[in-house]
Amino acid sequence: MNKAIITVVGQDQVGIIAKVCTYLADNKVNILDISQTIVSGYFNMMMIVDTNGASKEFGVVSGELEALGETIGVVIKAQREDIFDMMHRI
Amino acid sequence: MINFTEVMETNAMIEKENLDVRTITLGISLLDCMDSELSELNRKIYDKITKTAKGLVETGMQIEKEFGIPVVNKRISVTPIALVGGAACKSEGDFVEIAKTLDAAAKAVGVNFIGGYSALVSKGMTAADRFLMESVPQALATTERVCSSVNVGSTKTGINMDAVRLMGEIVKKTAEHTKEQDSLGCAKLVIFCNAPDDNPFMAGAFHGVTEADAVINVGVSGPGVVKKALESARGKDFETLCETIKKTAFKITRVGQLVAKEASKRLGIPFGIVDLSLAPTPAIGDSVAEILQEMGLAYPGAPGTTAALALLNDQVKKGGVMASSYVGGLSGAFIPVSEDQGMIDAVQAGCLTLEKLEAMTCVCSVGLDMIAIPGDVADTTISGIIADEMAIGMINQKTTAVRVIPVIGKGVGDIVEFGGLLGYAPVMPVNSFSCEAFIRRGGRIPAPIHSFKN
Repeated sequence: MNKAIITVVGQDQVGIIAKVCTYLADNKVNILDISQTIVSGYFNMMMIVDTNGASKEFGVVSGELEALGETIGVVIKAQREDIFDMMHRI
Repeated sequence: MINFTEVMETNAMIEKENLDVRTITLGISLLDCMDSELSELNRKIYDKITKTAKGLVETGMQIEKEFGIPVVNKRISVTPIALVGGAACKSEGDFVEIAKTLDAAAKAVGVNFIGGYSALVSKGMTAADRFLMESVPQALATTERVCSSVNVGSTKTGINMDAVRLMGEIVKKTAEHTKEQDSLGCAKLVIFCNAPDDNPFMAGAFHGVTEADAVINVGVSGPGVVKKALESARGKDFETLCETIKKTAFKITRVGQLVAKEASKRLGIPFGIVDLSLAPTPAIGDSVAEILQEMGLAYPGAPGTTAALALLNDQVKKGGVMASSYVGGLSGAFIPVSEDQGMIDAVQAGCLTLEKLEAMTCVCSVGLDMIAIPGDVADTTISGIIADEMAIGMINQKTTAVRVIPVIGKGVGDIVEFGGLLGYAPVMPVNSFSCEAFIRRGGRIPAPIHSFKN
């Protein structure tokens, strides 16, 4: 398994999750977990995904998700899980 | 499993508090390039650097993209050139040719600095060492990315006062050679006591002779993260303060460890050390001075500053040591003036003086750094400043360094603009009483009594 964390932050609107999930499905990235909240109109989502079977290099996926975020008007970041593991787990 | 709060905490550090990997520095040994023919030596150096560092910049960019952490600089350090060029160089001019080769190699692989135009002369100078040191003004004026350092003392050997005297003159000449750019050359020249072999930070990085053929060292920084964390400890006691710094330092260093391991794996080059140094930049919220202010000082330089900095430096080391098996380099808090907006403000407010900075260097991780002084300061006075700083390092068994910039044509109160990461600085006054007779004595200061541990 090759886990990554995707975060989506921005103004809430219809279809954010749909658009992100469609992109992930199209590129064979498997979603393991989703958590989402809305704080005073602000949309916050975190996904844990497995990029093992992905059809593109992770750097490319990360760049394309960032670009997708720009078209929706939210900030999307995809980062390897290791950076969070290293920082928060001993 | 990682939770939402943890992810948001990490990303806030990166996006809002300027957490970054300041540098991935690839150390390259040039010992196997030695040759008695200068042209052959230059060819070998160029080939080895460009071959070894071929994927460095790209790897750094990949890591940045995949982990979402900025990797600000990709750099190279090499074996001290005085050793490498000893057989081939018969004059200062010969060494300058090597500097140009290093500059060309750095440009070819796309790194922004290459360190190691250096000599290690803590006890004595060879003819090659002297040629190299005398070539520094010319070398730094004719190259763009080469950084130079000279180690003139250590706890084990004492201080080479002949070298200290010479470096006072060299600093001044370097300033004159680059006076069109506000004496910028001096920003790329460091004089050390107890220089570490594995420091990834410029301008003092070189690849020590005790190191492997090539090694990856990573410098990670984040004064803004520490400052932000300390906001939650306002009004609390020292135990809370120390715990907060230590925990934050741990988290930052873990990122450095990850990046170092990853870069090492991808480049197929062994991992050396992680250097956790709170290295400020002129950007707002990326300041060591602001940490000291958050601790309760009006400005750095106020009474209590040395204690606050000592505490900070020690806690950073403690947190860092827990986070990586190989912590090295300088690891601690840097206190450059021009690269830290809070320090500049303190100088302009009249709170911070050269003498207080010297006291602070007893407890920070390096020394007098990026300090602009008047261009008409005597060579021997610069040597005196160097000697004082080297003595602090020698007696306290720590690394100390001097990177002062006598700005030709400028006086106290003028502002000097270096640009980019090097920032800008107000020219600071220097004590003008003479130390010439002391500096002109020549010879060595013996090693201190506590160096005899055998």
